[in-house]
Amino acid sequence: MGSRLMDEADVRRALTRIAHEILERNKGAQDVVLVGIAARGDDIARRLAAEIRRIEGTEVPVGALDITFYRDDIGRRAEAPEVHETRIPFPVDDRTVVLVDDVLFTGRTIRAAFDALMDFGRPRAIQLAVLVDRGHRELPIRADFIGKNVPTRSDDSVRVALTEVDGEDAVLVEDAT
Amino acid sequence: MIKHLLSTQQLSREDVVRILDTAESFREVGTRVIKKVPALRGRTVVNLFYENSTRTRISFELAAKRLSADVINFSSSGSSVSKGESLKDTALTLQAMGADAIVMRHSSSGSPYALTKWVSASVLNAGDGTHEHPTQALLDLYTIRERLGSIEGRRVAITGDVLHSRVARSLSFALVTMGAEVTLVGPPTLIPPDAPLWGVNVSYDLDEVLPKLDVCYMLRVQRERQRQQYFPSVREYSRLFGLSRERVETLPAGAMIMHPGPMNRGVEIDSDVADLPQSVIEEQVTNGIAVRMSLLYLMLGGSSSSAFGEARADA
Repeated sequence: MGSRLMDEADVRRALTRIAHEILERNKGAQDVVLVGIAARGDDIARRLAAEIRRIEGTEVPVGALDITFYRDDIGRRAEAPEVHETRIPFPVDDRTVVLVDDVLFTGRTIRAAFDALMDFGRPRAIQLAVLVDRGHRELPIRADFIGKNVPTRSDDSVRVALTEVDGEDAVLVEDAT
Repeated sequence: MIKHLLSTQQLSREDVVRILDTAESFREVGTRVIKKVPALRGRTVVNLFYENSTRTRISFELAAKRLSADVINFSSSGSSVSKGESLKDTALTLQAMGADAIVMRHSSSGSPYALTKWVSASVLNAGDGTHEHPTQALLDLYTIRERLGSIEGRRVAITGDVLHSRVARSLSFALVTMGAEVTLVGPPTLIPPDAPLWGVNVSYDLDEVLPKLDVCYMLRVQRERQRQQYFPSVREYSRLFGLSRERVETLPAGAMIMHPGPMNRGVEIDSDVADLPQSVIEEQVTNGIAVRMSLLYLMLGGSSSSAFGEARADA
């Protein structure tokens, strides 16, 4: 049985708040870049950039990062995982990189993203923004900016739908049974 | 995904698209300061080369290294092969050393297929006799798609020593799978008699074909494989089937000139033609690394493709 945790208005409010928090934490958008983790994190990153532009009037660079080649479970899955596009057309050296993802779960994706990002340079700091934090971390990783904390069972499935790819904005939970 | 890559004939259109799409991501990796990703850490790739090769071997070596795999280069000279070891015993030795993939080049057609019977590693054909050279064909498809945006419906002429060319065979099969219109061009002695069965056209007149092309693909005259006289003289061959400056003028604007290398400048292609902007010969080499990375990743990146696949999946 599935349930809807966030609807379109909830997602919009959450992203607006996160944009404000990013600006507050970094005292503006100076030297801030957004890097979204494909797929869906990159769409959320673009929306955050639009919010920051609306609030502050500054243009923040947005990149997309695919972490497939840095996963720790290559070779443990039957098929090689599908690859998405990576596009970081700006230097990350000495910038504050805000990593953006849809759901924070075990933390393994973020661990892979750290490794991937370091191959592009040496950021001054890395911060993490997620739309949903569903708990069950397997690594000592936490988010700096969270849209919504959602208690789940580890075998539940949490899905973020976005207008850009799915035709609507929503956060859905489907329990395993 | 496939376990072995022996021929482009085994690949469906979906397979080819997946390989090229994945190669796109590896092209991006090749533009970074750190051109290396940890995807195949702990895997071992053996380059088993019984024939001389520079670009293919180095390209495979770079591809494996950029995936963080361990690479062993094995060439027949200076190895146990020169002491008389058979291919099978060499293969079993590599198997015992835990190779996950064997990239093989051999002068005998079909030898990579034989290898698959003896080893549990994935086998990649890097050129077998006059049979196939599938990774060259795939990097050519990638280059065409990148430049022209699509492969389907494109008109491609493959000109020269088709009879001895494993590149021509692999490329023809792959282009036909992708819906391109292929014409083989050359003297009748160098066009294989079964060519019409490949789904391609045949022409003996290069000048007639050139004005309609999207891709003009020139083959090397492989004198080392020619066991008899196939044309009267190199000069005559060059005059009839060489890509000269004058012939380039008759190509449509935007048409690409390709060559798998190594080139015989002045024989099948004029020296200054090889250096024209519409010639993509160096791009082919760069793309070759990305395409080979894509293949190694897709073939070795899943547990089912590994020699110890089941054990790993349960771990």
